[in-house]
Amino acid sequence: MSSDSTRSPAAVGRMLKRHWRVILYPIGMIPALWLVWQGQHGALGADPVNVFERSLGLWAFRFLLACLALAPLKRFAGINLLRYRRLTGLLTFFYASLHLLAYVGLDHGFDWGVLWTDITHRLFIILGMVALVLLIPLALTSNAFSMRLMKRRWKFLHRLIYPVAVLAGIHFFLSFKTLNDVSAPYLAGLAVLLLCRVLPRRRR
Amino acid sequence: AASLETHPGPYSGNLTPTPHEDVTHYNNFYEFGMDKADPAAHSQGFHPLPWTLEITGLVRKPVRLDVEQLLRSAALEERIYRMRCVEAWSMVIPWDGIPLASLLKDADPDPRATHVAFESVLRPSEMPGQNGGLSGIQWPYVEGLRLDEAMNPLTLLALGIYGETLPNQNGAPIRLVVPWKYGFKGIKSIQRIRLLDHEPPTTWNRLASDEYGFYANVNPQVDHPRWSQATERVIGAHSLFGAARQPTLMFNGYGEQVADLYRGMDLRKNF
Repeated sequence: MSSDSTRSPAAVGRMLKRHWRVILYPIGMIPALWLVWQGQHGALGADPVNVFERSLGLWAFRFLLACLALAPLKRFAGINLLRYRRLTGLLTFFYASLHLLAYVGLDHGFDWGVLWTDITHRLFIILGMVALVLLIPLALTSNAFSMRLMKRRWKFLHRLIYPVAVLAGIHFFLSFKTLNDVSAPYLAGLAVLLLCRVLPRRRR
Repeated sequence: AASLETHPGPYSGNLTPTPHEDVTHYNNFYEFGMDKADPAAHSQGFHPLPWTLEITGLVRKPVRLDVEQLLRSAALEERIYRMRCVEAWSMVIPWDGIPLASLLKDADPDPRATHVAFESVLRPSEMPGQNGGLSGIQWPYVEGLRLDEAMNPLTLLALGIYGETLPNQNGAPIRLVVPWKYGFKGIKSIQRIRLLDHEPPTTWNRLASDEYGFYANVNPQVDHPRWSQATERVIGAHSLFGAARQPTLMFNGYGEQVADLYRGMDLRKNF
């Protein structure tokens, strides 16, 4: 291809066709922007920090489930959306990070004493924190360059998504006082998706 | 809500009440659903009147109170109390009610009585949360106090807030208010009070005894297993970046009135 200044309309068209999916990233961030907007306009109710923090966690969990659903979708329904694994995975990381930031900054005002006790004493917090830490290497190696560089090890590393899912699932369950109509469908969804992975593969 | 004849009572201090809208639309009342907005949304079909409250058990004169009469009683007084939820948020609520002690005295407790058991209403047809569900809560909701706690002058049976009868979502027509304890001790829509010679079971303790003790005294030094109780989110700011947190006070600031009740007790064990 020639230099940028002489890019023909046809070339731009080809590029858009190849890279249009990039716009899905900002679209996936709309719920976060919407929550911030609601928070600033009194639309998150009487306890806005709590609703904000929990909603971000719920969005992280939703994208995690979406990410985990892609492989079974192909295997059992023949629908191939595997190319959206990076998108859903990175959005999971994005929302989980904002969820942590809301907990540290908005909820606890960067009170490191309280936070230190939380992450050293409370199983609920520890599980969530470990899940997020395990997502970091996945996010960092989510590019094509890392895939090429790491080859088989890349696939092995990215199996970390399963322990992340289990940890996040327990953290999510513990965030409510009891099992309830809100959490149960998500937890059931996670259980089904994880079970899909242990079903034996048919021999060919 | 109908307006009530009420007069200012003691212990109110100079607290600024949380806005009426928040006190009536941010509630934990699982009989009407688990979300904080559910009670206001799903309690409009509940009929709080007529209502009879009975005081039985180890008493010499069992009492059956007509709550409609109680609402017209000259004894109604306003108490502005801090309300600290075990979930680490707090409000200030202007209650209208009658000290529990005065009603218990009318029933003339037997000397063997050591505890007081409270039982909420069981009415699945008007309380959607009582129809099965996943929570595992056994209905009706039950709570309890030691008799000396129940007789403390702070302990109130509330029939109103903000000078009006209790909205359904706040526990109409009559509920318990124990301001030095976590909010879940404040059992709502009470039908039966029994005096006992032993500690009664309580709903949240039955469900998760490691998280919710019988005493449930507000204590910034004893954390909930899932979060710190040292500070609390102040309800009422409505703005994400303007919301406040404040230190939680021992016995929710009522130590002067109640600390003696627990002298010599290990409050970590008896949380």
